[in-house]
Amino acid sequence: MPAADHPAGPPPSRHPGSPPAASAGPPEKPATGSPKKPKEPQKPEKPPAARSRRSPLRWVRENAVVLAGCAALVYLLLPNLVILLFSFNKPAGRFNYSWQAFSADAWTDPCGVADMCGSLRRSLRIAILATLLTTVFGTLAAFALARYRFRGRSTANALIFLPMAMPEVVMAASLGTLFLNMRVQFGFVTILIAHVMFCLSFVVVAVKARVMSMDPRLEEAARDLYAGPFQTFLRVTLPLAAPGIAAGALLSFALSFDDFIITQFNAGPSTVTFPMFVWGAAQRGVPVQVNVIGSAMFVLAVALVVCGQFVTNRRRKS
Amino acid sequence: MTAAAPPSGLSGPAGAGRQPGSTDGGAPDGAEGAPRRRGLTPYWLLAPAGLWLAVFFVAPLFYQASTSVQSGSLEEGFRVTWQFSHYTDALATYGEHFLRSFGYAATATVLCLLIGYPLAYMIAFRAGRWRNVVLVMVIAPFFTSFLIRTLAWKTILSDGGPVVRALHSLHVLDVTSALGLTGDDRLLATPLAVVCGLTYNFLPFMVLPLYSSLERIDTSLQEAARDLYATPATAFRKVTFPLSLPGVVAGTLLTFIPASGDYINAQLLGSPNEQMVGNAIQKQFLNVLDYPTAAAMSFLLMALILIIVSVYMRKAGTEELV
Repeated sequence: MPAADHPAGPPPSRHPGSPPAASAGPPEKPATGSPKKPKEPQKPEKPPAARSRRSPLRWVRENAVVLAGCAALVYLLLPNLVILLFSFNKPAGRFNYSWQAFSADAWTDPCGVADMCGSLRRSLRIAILATLLTTVFGTLAAFALARYRFRGRSTANALIFLPMAMPEVVMAASLGTLFLNMRVQFGFVTILIAHVMFCLSFVVVAVKARVMSMDPRLEEAARDLYAGPFQTFLRVTLPLAAPGIAAGALLSFALSFDDFIITQFNAGPSTVTFPMFVWGAAQRGVPVQVNVIGSAMFVLAVALVVCGQFVTNRRRKS
Repeated sequence: MTAAAPPSGLSGPAGAGRQPGSTDGGAPDGAEGAPRRRGLTPYWLLAPAGLWLAVFFVAPLFYQASTSVQSGSLEEGFRVTWQFSHYTDALATYGEHFLRSFGYAATATVLCLLIGYPLAYMIAFRAGRWRNVVLVMVIAPFFTSFLIRTLAWKTILSDGGPVVRALHSLHVLDVTSALGLTGDDRLLATPLAVVCGLTYNFLPFMVLPLYSSLERIDTSLQEAARDLYATPATAFRKVTFPLSLPGVVAGTLLTFIPASGDYINAQLLGSPNEQMVGNAIQKQFLNVLDYPTAAAMSFLLMALILIIVSVYMRKAGTEELV
């Protein structure tokens, strides 16, 4: 294992002379996620002479995990940077694979490509509808699985788990075969059905994990204080489960919006979603606008996450 | 907000028990501690999701099983003839595709583990106040359509591009082409490119479950190991790694299963010589319109994955995943 040759635990505990506060502090901090930095307190306790003598090699040894992790992050984010960079490209031919000249044309005219924005809107519509359906169905099912013991509970658990443990091609081909044999017209509705089918499990798992970790005594307290079952659910249970439901809904939106394999098998020839448009474009020549949409989604989502984090931090402080 | 989504959802199988103590035992406790009308309520709650999955997930699988033993053509219609020739034909024609799929998926899984473990370890123990930022950075690529990101690899690995030139001048390409992984001084349309794309696409599915199991480790156990004079390597091998095994198992499954059925990386980054089972199924279903063969192949794929996964789970010694 790559992480085997560097300190697995926090180094301070090895130095007997280190102040107890420092050795107890760092390991606990990451667990709570509080804004204390674990690395700073370790440095002063090393003898300065030793540090300067073997610092470069030792530093690399001690931070090898961090370096490897950063390299992995670069690997993960490199394509996004390339997409952003090439959204400003002015490609010579139909393909946008090599850098030619700077141009912001695509950003000023994102819908300049035929059919692209139509497919984008279609994808958004499908994703929103699929998210609504999966969130309602999935939350109900999660409550049933988390709160009740009933005959067939493990079967239901397995039924929920199976779609996540199956390659998409298999689900896609089998559902497509069913639609074909039933002579169902392929199109918007078949895509929606397929998306709800494969997103459901993820919502159930997200909500179930949350509901299981909720303290049942809070609801008991509400009932003891003469809240009716409906009032208890609305004022106590639902707000407590909300983060899980929100996580499930976001996940299902992202999965549905980005899905290609299941969509391709269940879309028919005339209904083109955004990923299907990109797939077709990959054969014919990718317009720069595809990079613009990709970068815009990335920047927008990261900005939303950062803002959300910022707001939560401020609320927590005040 | 979005940051919380994939960890809780994707790491589901492993992350289901995030809160120690109130996980699997939590359900019955909750049900008993809060007496509720039993009866039909849970069935009503389960009905919409359960019926949806029964009709659009389970029924198609059975339907597919029957389709795979049919024969006929699109014009004449298909009839069940109990011909198993589709299975034998598929294995004879596409045996190589199956081998390639599992080979690429296994390689990508191992690479994901090697790349993802240090990253998950860094987020869990060394990131400090940057933890949330790094987590967002792991999830951030999801926000761009993965087809666009896979196409970006086409740019990165393009012929005569900086990566190819750098590897060429370092003579790395000579080594890889001697191993049969690349050829003609290019990276695109080689097994290496396909594996690189698979590794990239499924890396977050490895990192998130790994992180969620590493994060739950009590750091005082690691300290205890060090206090008892274990070297860092020994402490890792005997304490940290075994405790993170549930995450390793969940991560490898979440990587291996979708990777073995994927056909996008092979299509965009590979050549006809790198086609995987997914490509063959897609071609049979959408172009050749030979539905029985497509059904037989996806059934074979499912069965083989099931066998591989159950053997692996027995070896890994983790039977409880749901």
